[in-house]
Amino acid sequence: MSYIDPHIHMVSRTTDDYRRMAQAGCVAITEPAFWAGFDRCSVEGFRDYFRQLTQVEPARSARYGIAHHTWLCINPKEAEDAGFAREVMSIIPEFLDAPNVLGIGEIGLNKNSRNELQVLEAHLALAAAHDLLVLVHTPHLEDKLKGTMLIMDAVANAGLDPDRVLIDHVEEHTVGAVLDRGFWAGMTLYPDTKCTPQRAVDILERWGMNRIWMNSAGDWGDSDPLAVPKARMEMRRRRHSAESIRRITFDNPVAFLSRSGNFRIDA
Amino acid sequence: MSDARCPLNAAEIVDAYFLEHRAKVLDIAAFLDRIDRAADAPAAMDYRVAALIECIALLLDGEGDRARRIQERLSDRTSEPVDRAPMQGAMGAPEADG
Repeated sequence: MSYIDPHIHMVSRTTDDYRRMAQAGCVAITEPAFWAGFDRCSVEGFRDYFRQLTQVEPARSARYGIAHHTWLCINPKEAEDAGFAREVMSIIPEFLDAPNVLGIGEIGLNKNSRNELQVLEAHLALAAAHDLLVLVHTPHLEDKLKGTMLIMDAVANAGLDPDRVLIDHVEEHTVGAVLDRGFWAGMTLYPDTKCTPQRAVDILERWGMNRIWMNSAGDWGDSDPLAVPKARMEMRRRRHSAESIRRITFDNPVAFLSRSGNFRIDA
Repeated sequence: MSDARCPLNAAEIVDAYFLEHRAKVLDIAAFLDRIDRAADAPAAMDYRVAALIECIALLLDGEGDRARRIQERLSDRTSEPVDRAPMQGAMGAPEADG
């Protein structure tokens, strides 16, 4: 059964990961712009990163029959320097015509600071100006609940349609508010700091299977690029139907991502 | 919220998951024992450990919706943006009892 991993940072993963993902049934991925694990010190560093996301990674992915799409931004972890963030945002339009760009992401908040919020608002304005989809990162651990609420208010203030915005990294205390306000929701499967496959399936059982997906958010840290197929196994273990499994790991991602004319899939 | 239930019955859930969670309870017990055996014991209670112990109490209060209530106990409950990001990471529990 084919699946989509709608949030994974393949620039941090090996070619062997692409092979194993393809063997497990992955047919498409989307890769949001991310923090490198250190703060980049120049706009040119971001220009190279955006070239990697729009040119290099799609070619690497194609060798394994996996369609590659991307989202561009400066990540909230690097948004405390709002002046630098604005310089980086000024080069994003140079890349918006690349055929694999779906929108702006992963934007959001990290420590819920005023500068981060300013940079988020500027990103939302950029998305509105170019009629782009938005992929939102919500903060980690103790900062998630507050940050999720601030982010949803910022999106509403920007006048964006919540049906074109996915709020990612939801957990038990945020999923209900995200879905109730009309957004799409993403659950990230991490070993310690987000959802385990078991808890993700619990969330599906409690909040339903509309406007929600699962992703690995595989990156350079503790993460698992095969987390989505492992969560599919968890659904099978509980006797969820093949139709439900396909809905969460294929149909729902296709439904949201197809709101961008740049989303392509052959499966 | 949906009324959807887990398709497994209670006995099947216990059969499938008991050992995994038995191990997790032992991990918590061993973690607390390790703090007791620390080189500087008895040390002042770390706010994160205090929060964890409060979460354990939530498991025993007889109420449902445990995961959401624990997530909320481990969350910053303020609502206004902070003036500056104090760091880039997160600690897992709010330092002030927010």
